[in-house]
Amino acid sequence: MVLATNSDSEEHLHSTFASRYVRAVVPRFTMPNNSMPKDAAYQVISDELMLDGNPRLNLASFVTTWMEPECDKLIQESVNKNYVDMDEYPVTTELQNRCVNMIANLFHAPMGEEEAAIGCGTVGSSEAIMLAGLAFKRKWQQRRRAQGLPTDNPNIVTGANVQVCWEKFARYFEVELKEVKLSEGYYVMDPAKAVEMVDENTICVAAILGSTLTGEFEDVKLLNDLLAEKNAETGWDVAIHVDAASGGFIAPFLYPDLEWDFRLPWVKSINVSGHKYGLVYAGVGWIVWRTKDDLPEDLVFHINYLGADQPTFTLNFSKGSSQIIAQYYQFIRLGFEGYKNIMENCMDNARRLREGIEMTGKFDIVSKDIGVPLVAFSLKDSSKHTVFEIAESLRKFGWIIPAYTMPADAQHIAVLRVVIREDFSRGLADRLITHIIQVLKEIDGLPSRVAHLAAAAAVSGGEVKTAKMSLEDITKYWKRLVEHKRNIVC
Amino acid sequence: MVLSRTTTESNEPVSSTFGSRYALTALPKYEIGESSIPKDAAYQIIKDELMLDGNPRLNLASFVTTWMEPECDKLIMDSINKNYVDMDEYPVTTELQNRCVNMIARLFNAPLGDTETAMGVGTVGSSEAIMLAGLAFKRNWQNKRKAEGKTYDKPNIVTGANVQVCWEKFARYFEVELKEIKLSEGYYVMDPEKAVEMVDENTICVAAILGSTLTGEFEDVKRLNDLLVKKNDATGWNTPIHVDAASGGFIAPFIYPELEWDFRLPLVKSINVSGHKYGLVYAGIGWVVWRTQHDLPDELIFHINYLGADQPTFTLNFSKGSSQIIAQYYQLIRLGFEGYKNVMENCRENMLVLKEGIEKTERFNIVSKDVGVPLVAFSLKGQSFHSEFEISEMLRRFGWIVPAYTMPADAEHITVLRVVIREDFSRTLAERLVADILKVLHELDTLPSKISRKMGAEDFGNVKGKKVKREKLMEVIVGWRKFVKDRKKMNGVC
Repeated sequence: MVLATNSDSEEHLHSTFASRYVRAVVPRFTMPNNSMPKDAAYQVISDELMLDGNPRLNLASFVTTWMEPECDKLIQESVNKNYVDMDEYPVTTELQNRCVNMIANLFHAPMGEEEAAIGCGTVGSSEAIMLAGLAFKRKWQQRRRAQGLPTDNPNIVTGANVQVCWEKFARYFEVELKEVKLSEGYYVMDPAKAVEMVDENTICVAAILGSTLTGEFEDVKLLNDLLAEKNAETGWDVAIHVDAASGGFIAPFLYPDLEWDFRLPWVKSINVSGHKYGLVYAGVGWIVWRTKDDLPEDLVFHINYLGADQPTFTLNFSKGSSQIIAQYYQFIRLGFEGYKNIMENCMDNARRLREGIEMTGKFDIVSKDIGVPLVAFSLKDSSKHTVFEIAESLRKFGWIIPAYTMPADAQHIAVLRVVIREDFSRGLADRLITHIIQVLKEIDGLPSRVAHLAAAAAVSGGEVKTAKMSLEDITKYWKRLVEHKRNIVC
Repeated sequence: MVLSRTTTESNEPVSSTFGSRYALTALPKYEIGESSIPKDAAYQIIKDELMLDGNPRLNLASFVTTWMEPECDKLIMDSINKNYVDMDEYPVTTELQNRCVNMIARLFNAPLGDTETAMGVGTVGSSEAIMLAGLAFKRNWQNKRKAEGKTYDKPNIVTGANVQVCWEKFARYFEVELKEIKLSEGYYVMDPEKAVEMVDENTICVAAILGSTLTGEFEDVKRLNDLLVKKNDATGWNTPIHVDAASGGFIAPFIYPELEWDFRLPLVKSINVSGHKYGLVYAGIGWVVWRTQHDLPDELIFHINYLGADQPTFTLNFSKGSSQIIAQYYQLIRLGFEGYKNVMENCRENMLVLKEGIEKTERFNIVSKDVGVPLVAFSLKGQSFHSEFEISEMLRRFGWIVPAYTMPADAEHITVLRVVIREDFSRTLAERLVADILKVLHELDTLPSKISRKMGAEDFGNVKGKKVKREKLMEVIVGWRKFVKDRKKMNGVC
C-alpha cells in the first residue's frame, strides 16, 4: 500500500484508503480547517454509513424502501428543484395539484367533475396532521367567538394508540389531548368512549385507519353515527379527522366497501402518508379537506403564480420536489389495478408470515386480518424470556424487528411487529420464519434473564416474588427504557 | 415514425414510448387511472412534461443550492431510501446529524466546551427552524410570566417588515402577534432603535435577519444587542434575540469573521441557518441551534431511546429523507473552512463583476450593499416608461429567471430586480447576463410604453387635461402598485 507523502492538501490521492485522511480522526465537533478531495470525502462517509441498518431489512418501518429504477432516475433529475419556487417550476406544481385531486377523489370527496380539490402535499403525516389540527382549532375558535364563549381550553379526543405526532400537535399548538385508554385485547379507540369524552371544547375527534401498533382500522362509521347523535343533541358540531397515514392507500384498494372516508358526513379532513403505502420514499404526505369551508381562509397564504392564484397552507417552505414527482409517477404508472395488486400481494405475504409464526406454537397473534399488512405477535409465555430478547437476537441475522409495550392501560403486553412492505417478498417471509424458529431454540437453551433478575431481587429484597410479579418487574424495566414510545416509527 | 401495434392487453410492453398509445391518450389529472402503464412510458411522459419547468441553474431568483458534486449526488441516491427518523435503525446517520449540529454551533461561537454536545437540530428548512425557535421563546416567556403571576395570552414578536414569509406563518399559526418595523426609502432593513422601542412586556423575542431576502443586507445585530441590553436593565424583562441567519449564517463566518452577530453577543439565544442556501446542499435542510440547554424548555423535547442512550428530538416533521443531512456533512468535511471561504469569496467576486456590469449600463440604481449576501438588487433609474417587471419578463426569453419585487411597507413604490449569486453562477454567466440585460434595454427602448398604452391614448391626446409630468408619473406608479398589490411578497423565495 502506497502512502501519499505530500503535505499539499490539493494533491490528488492515488488511493483513497491509503490517504492520510483515513488516518486522521474524522471531524466530529468542529469544522476542519482544510478541504479534502471529494473522493476521499465520499469514501469516508460511505464507509461510516456501512454500519447503518439495511433499509430493506428494516421491518420496523412502514416507509417505502424501494422504487423502480425509472423513478429513481426522475428523482435524481429533480433533486435540485426547490418545490416552493412555483413560478419557476410550474409543471412540478401542477403535478402536486393533480396528486391532490386524485387522492381527494380516491377518498370520495364531494366534488364536481372538474372541480379542484382542497388539499396539499406535505413532508409527511406529521405536518399534515398539524395543518388539519390547526384548521379545526381555528374553526372552533371562530365558532366560539361568534357565540361569545371562551376559547382558551381547546381539546382533541383520540385513542391512546395515537402516533406521537398527535402528542406533538397537542403540545406545540396548546391543545389538550384527551386519550381514550386501551385495554387488553382491545387496542384501538372505542368509539362509544370517545364520544362520551367529547365536550364543548373539543375541536375534533381523531380516528386512525391503520393503528401503528396492530395495523387495525378503527370503526370510523360507528364513530360518525354516534357523533352525529351527540351533535344533534348538543349542537356542538364536533367533526372527525381520519388519520389514514397507513390505511389511506390500502382501504380503497382492498376494502372498497369499508366506509371510513368522506362518504361519512362528519369526516372533514383526512391525511395519508405518500411515503408509506403510497409507495414513495420518505418525505411526502398528503392532507385533503372535504370542502373549502373546512379550511379557514385566514390560515391560507396566497401566492401569485402564472398570473393565477395558488393558495398554500404548509409549515415548510423550501423543500425538495423529488418525492412529489415520484408520487405522481406511482399514480400513473400503477393506476388503480397496480396499487390493488401490490396491496393484495402484501396481504398474502402477511398471511403467510402469520401462519408460520402461529405454527411455532409459541406466539399469540395480536394483529387482525383486516387492516395494514403487518403481523404483531406476543409470546404466549413471557416468564423466561421476552420479546425484547427475541428482537435482539434476530438482529444477528440482519433483521430489524422492533418490540414494543402497549400504551395505557395495556402496558403489560409486549409485542413484536413485522411490517410487510411491497419489497418484502414471500421468500423473505419464509426465511424470517426459519430464523425466528432458530432464535427460539437458541433462547430456550439460555438461562432466563427474567428468572435471573427475579432471583437477584429475591435475594436482595428478601421478598418472594411470583412469576407474574417478576414479569411485571421486567416489563416495568423495559418500559422505562422505551417509556415514551418514541421508538415507534410511523 | 413507426406506430406501434395497438394492443388491448394492458400488460403488453410497448416498442416505442413515443409511439405508444399512452402518448395519444390524455393523462389522468383528476382521478387515478384504472390500469397500470409500463414504467418506461411513465418515466418518459413525466420527463417530457417537466421539460417545461424552468432550468434550476438559471433560476436566479433562488438562494437555494442547485448544484452539487457527483460524489455527493451518489451519496444522496445511496441513502434515498433511509427514513431519517428511524434513529434506532440508522444510528450513523443520526450521528452525522449530531456532528453537523456541533460544527454549526461552534461556527457560531456557541459557548461550548471542546467536546460538549451542542443544543440544536436539523430541520427541513429555515421555516421549521424558525417555528421551533419561536416556540421555545414563546414557552420560555409563558413560563416566566406564569411564575410572576402575570397574564400570558398576548405574546408578540418584534421584527422588520422585510422578514421572510415564514415569520408571518409562525405568527399566524402559533398565535403570536407580529409587530413589524416599517421600512423607508433607502433603508430596507430593521432599524434597531425602532425595534427596541417597540419591545414591551409581552415580547417573546426580537428577530434580526442576517441577510435580508430583498437586498441581502446584514442587520446590525450588535447594535440591537447593545440597545436591548440597556432596555432590559431598565425594565427587567430580559427580552432575548433570535438571529434569522438563513442566508448569512454560512457567509459571515467565512468572509466577515470580525462581524459580531452570533452567540458572541450575550442576548442572542438561538440562530437558524438554511443548509440548502449557502450551506451548499439541495433543498430540504435547515439548522437551528440554541445557545445553551436552558434556552430550550425541556417540556418541548421528546426523548427517544436510541442505542441505550437518550436522543432528544424537537422537530415538527417526523419521517423525512436522510439524504440532505448526509450531504451537509459531506460538504462540511469536504470543503472545510477554507473551502467554504473560497466559495463565498468567489461568489462575492462574481457579484462585484455583475454589479459593475449593471452600473456601466447607466440605466440602473444599485439597491443592494456590498457587504452581505452575494446578490445584486437594482432598479431602473429616473422616470421610465418601462418597468422592472417588463425587463424580468423579457429576460425569460433568454432562459434567465430574474424576479422583480416591490418593497414592503413603507417603500412600496420601489421595485427591484434581484439576481442571487450562487456557487454555480460563474463569471462568464455574469458577463452573459449583463449582455442580455443590455439587449433587453435596447428592445424596450424601441417599444412604446405599456403603461402609456394602458392609460389610454386619450390621456396623451387630451389637450384639456394638462397633466404635469410628475402627476403622470405618479399615476403610472399607482397603476403598477395596484397591479402588484396582491402579489404580496409571496414571490420572495427564501
